[in-house]
Amino acid sequence: MRHVYGWLLLLPAAVLLIGFTHYPAAATLLDSLFSSGTVVRPSRFVGVDNYAALADDPIFTQVLWNNFWFALGTIPASIALAMLMAIWVNDRLAARTLVRMAYFTPTILPMIAVANIWLFFYTPQIGLLDQLGALFGAPSHNWLGDPHTVMGCLVAMTIWKEAGFFMIFYLAALQSLPPELEEAAKIEGASRWYFFRRVTFPLLMPTTLFVLVNATINSFKLVDHLFILTKGGPNNASNLLLYYIYQVAFSFFDTSYAATLTVILLLLLATLALVQFQLIEKRVHYR
Amino acid sequence: MNAGRALETAAAWLLAFLWIAPLLYAFWAAFHPAALATHFDPLAPLTLDNFRKAWTYAPFARHLLNTMILVTMILSAQLVLCTLAGFAFARFDFAGHDIAFGLVLVQLMVMPEVLIVENYRTMARLGLVDTILGIGLPYMASAFGIFLLRQTFKTIPRELEEAARVEGCSMLGVLWRVYVPLARPTYLAYALVSVSYHWNNFLWPLVITNSVNTRPLTVGLAIFGAPESGVDWAVISAGTLMAVAPLLVAFLLFQKQFMQSFMQAGIK
Repeated sequence: MRHVYGWLLLLPAAVLLIGFTHYPAAATLLDSLFSSGTVVRPSRFVGVDNYAALADDPIFTQVLWNNFWFALGTIPASIALAMLMAIWVNDRLAARTLVRMAYFTPTILPMIAVANIWLFFYTPQIGLLDQLGALFGAPSHNWLGDPHTVMGCLVAMTIWKEAGFFMIFYLAALQSLPPELEEAAKIEGASRWYFFRRVTFPLLMPTTLFVLVNATINSFKLVDHLFILTKGGPNNASNLLLYYIYQVAFSFFDTSYAATLTVILLLLLATLALVQFQLIEKRVHYR
Repeated sequence: MNAGRALETAAAWLLAFLWIAPLLYAFWAAFHPAALATHFDPLAPLTLDNFRKAWTYAPFARHLLNTMILVTMILSAQLVLCTLAGFAFARFDFAGHDIAFGLVLVQLMVMPEVLIVENYRTMARLGLVDTILGIGLPYMASAFGIFLLRQTFKTIPRELEEAARVEGCSMLGVLWRVYVPLARPTYLAYALVSVSYHWNNFLWPLVITNSVNTRPLTVGLAIFGAPESGVDWAVISAGTLMAVAPLLVAFLLFQKQFMQSFMQAGIK
């Protein structure tokens, strides 16, 4: 009886989960083994041809590198800032509530709105960056149109968007640390920096690992801003894997190749999931 | 020592100012005439014109309505489905329990927006392309919600359930009268996270909608703000602020709850 009850309760959720997660994941894998059908040429089985095409696709290689640089640019910087913010806000700081609110506010804004605002900063001539540059006599620069600066622009914006979100996890961790530690350090005459380096930082390590994995997953899913700022350009210099999938599927209408790219993305996410699972196991172990 | 503290305080404030500055700028641009939006003259005249223009250039009222329908629909479905499933996982030792739970957790990694191509096909087959239901359906069974409620239900002592059973409560009666009321903080946290997520979600709604009648605010804003549209900065800023205002105001009012919810949601 309990079996029947259990499954009945689960049924509605299970139908939707299978329909929009497991089935499409499996269908994507299957689809990647077929060619894209057209009106005149129906889809046919091509084995691993689509995967072989990945190796010959320079854009694919480029978006993977872009994803790598995007992750490397955003993650360490936003984690470091998040830690700093949390330590400040956890302290007896004047106007602490206001400061904490300022740090966290970008988190609740949609990426589209953020991109709209930041687009103005990067606009040549009238944009804030160029106006500031002009004060120092710097020439006007097309920040988003230059392949050398476009990624930096996206990275700066994403750090701004994410640091405050990661801050709250550090804040939670800091509040769970016993206050005796700091008192003891004070009696011993340890400097704030020494205390951070030898006590706080190591104790925050589980949080850092947790944030690290989440940030990495996010770096693969975060592409909304590209729709406003660059559309992946110039010349794919700011294109990311998920945005490329969108382009291949809905601009080039090559659904089989889009499926192949999706399989790669799923593999990357699955690897990260395994890493995260290991970390959670460890965390439970410590407790 | 004290000088160091003062320096740190100053740095914390400076960073806070930097962090809020882009939003302040958007306010500046939105309340000033377009010609003055890019010049920081403190005496520039204020105006509400940009809001009026933005409101007429794009069907904001319709987008706002769509977004409100969307988040309400998703949240109500999520609350029901996740409560039932979370209860099943917390209190029923049915066959295949562990495998089913593992399969549910897969969705934490593989969110519907990753599978846009196949999900679009499914929606086309169901005839749900360009409907608000089509935007919401893939998110209604939320692994995250199921997980969160399962964890909460598990902490509720079984004695309470047994007492209710002795009083003649049915299985669903127990769920409704014992478990749901005791899990209220979890529901609040989950609701805030879900509403913020779907208020801001963009990629899947963009893919699945193609008309004003279904597009939520984010998609409307993206079309409105595109440089090709030829709308000036001041108006784009006004539009952007209108799109984020409801959530932003809610956040400013219930700051603490928001942060705690996001925290609880992240740590699991």
